[in-house]
Amino acid sequence: MENNSLIILAESLQLIFDNLNSFGYQTIAPTISENTIVYDQITKISDLPIGYIDEQTGGHYRLKKHSKPTFFSYTVGANSWKKYLHPPKVRLWQIKRKAKAMEFVSEETQPPKLAFIGVRGCELAAISIQDRVFLKDKFVDPIYSTRRKDIFIVAINCARAVKTCFCTSMQTGPKVEEGFDLSLTEILDDKKHIFLVKVATEKGREILKNIPYKVATKEDENIAENIIKTTAQSIEKKLDTENIKELLYQNYENPSWDEVANRCLSCANCTMVCPTCFCTTVQDTTDLTGEIAERWRSWDSCFTSDFSYIHGGSVRVSTKSRYRQWLVHKLGAWLDQFGTSGCVGCGRCITWCPVGIDITEQVKTLRENNG
Amino acid sequence: MQLLDPMLPDQFLVKRKVNENKDTFTLTLEPLEKKSFLYQPGQFNMLYMFGLGEVAISISGNSEKPLPLIHTIRAVGTTTKAMQKLKKGDVIGLRGPFGSSWPIIQAKGKDVIIVVGGIGLAPLRPVIYYILAHRQDYGRVSLLYGARTPEDQIYLNEFAGWQEKLDFFTIVDRASKKWNGDVGVVTRLIPKAKFNPSNTLAMICGPEVMMRFVSLALQDKGLIPEQIFVSMERNMKCAIGFCGHCQLGGTFICKDGPVFTYKEMKRYLELREV
Repeated sequence: MENNSLIILAESLQLIFDNLNSFGYQTIAPTISENTIVYDQITKISDLPIGYIDEQTGGHYRLKKHSKPTFFSYTVGANSWKKYLHPPKVRLWQIKRKAKAMEFVSEETQPPKLAFIGVRGCELAAISIQDRVFLKDKFVDPIYSTRRKDIFIVAINCARAVKTCFCTSMQTGPKVEEGFDLSLTEILDDKKHIFLVKVATEKGREILKNIPYKVATKEDENIAENIIKTTAQSIEKKLDTENIKELLYQNYENPSWDEVANRCLSCANCTMVCPTCFCTTVQDTTDLTGEIAERWRSWDSCFTSDFSYIHGGSVRVSTKSRYRQWLVHKLGAWLDQFGTSGCVGCGRCITWCPVGIDITEQVKTLRENNG
Repeated sequence: MQLLDPMLPDQFLVKRKVNENKDTFTLTLEPLEKKSFLYQPGQFNMLYMFGLGEVAISISGNSEKPLPLIHTIRAVGTTTKAMQKLKKGDVIGLRGPFGSSWPIIQAKGKDVIIVVGGIGLAPLRPVIYYILAHRQDYGRVSLLYGARTPEDQIYLNEFAGWQEKLDFFTIVDRASKKWNGDVGVVTRLIPKAKFNPSNTLAMICGPEVMMRFVSLALQDKGLIPEQIFVSMERNMKCAIGFCGHCQLGGTFICKDGPVFTYKEMKRYLELREV
């Protein structure tokens, strides 16, 4: 089979799970936990959030029953794939105290082969940004690189957007363009429930082995394209990225930072849910005997006072300076450091901000007060 | 085993520990396993105390005789205070070297002005050693050193040698009765330094406010921001550009710095809380 555009029945997604499992992959996909969409290991499509949609606005998230039994009609939850590739907490090494010496024991990691199922356009962009940070700089992060190596990605074109989505502004979605093995567009009407599958890699083709399919027609392709187009058109939120780096670099002393600082709780939620935020700290510990010490690395946030601590105190004491640090880095300095924005337009930081601070509104306010 | 290398320290043996003043000390370190170690003046290492933590410390020895490694450390936090208690024969962890370096090659054929405050002398001592070893390659070389009090001055036993081959001036913020020298901020020494502004490089290390005002004073003397180099400090956890703590503008201090031109850092030296 040389066709790259196929139609499979919706229930055949189970066969994709089965094939991935038989090839040794752990299948990670959206499922419901504590009334939100999370990413976790599942092996049955019945564990997908079938027939659910989400409602998201600033500081607000609700899962609701949908009128149709669709598999992927919700959008992104607080989880991102980051937790698998850049683990929230990981041991870097152990060390044993010896007479007049210390024995460092490197962490030999053999992470499981993972298949991500249901990765959206904004999330593919986030993975590609973290690839840039951890794999394509002066140093390579061995932890990220061992986990990233064998990932199999089944992407999904979003058939729905929520009020916090702005991938169209960041040019990351809703259509998935690259960085996956297989992509899916879910089509459900009175007569059929199918996926249009695009095959992007040989690995992807292999996984489709023995799964009944038909070659997609021009009409199927048009239906799928229309679904994506309708989603794109439904996105209302916008972030104007024109000259954004200059805007931010020139506005360190803009009075609007004071206003947002009055609302910001410095809670770090935005950085924890952000699929590209990569900052970490380390903890050095010893066991009770004092003979074995360990070094652990865990996610950190530029919103904490400890983050910028140097001798004499924290560099960024005020909430204002911490919010500014985050935004100027995310939307501005990333362009200088990595040649890409640090924002993919997923809207997580808006939804999960307890006071509903909206990154797109902050940029708008800066533009209005520019100078 | 190779995998986690950039984060995995090597073992170094403490050969010697010398107290420089009441809270500053110098460690002489010999690798237990590593055979060679190369660094450039201005680079730093991450020093690890068993179970306690890791700190970024500049290398303050002679880069042309890199081993044993020399580190001058001020005891100000949990880890550095524990390091103050190290004795000959103790073993610590060390990984490096990291970061950018002072423009010692670019400075050849030029006048050099080195301005340091407090322990800011330590990261520039490799530059002083290099210039002294290649004295004929450089024009007039001025070393301006400001300390809080005479008792805070470090490397006292080297002053005579520096006096001989460099234009070396010192100043203190607060003087005791025994002090006969200058009193005030280090910028007050700048009029004493002789250099040809169109053919000079300046290297500055000290607190941000000091580097800012020294740079301004040198600009008044005719230097342009590209001729002035500063060494920046931020919190560092990984030293390899992953932990994000030392991000400043479009840089990570750990891998793009710590040595930058004043032109690159001017903006940030003028802002608060960045």
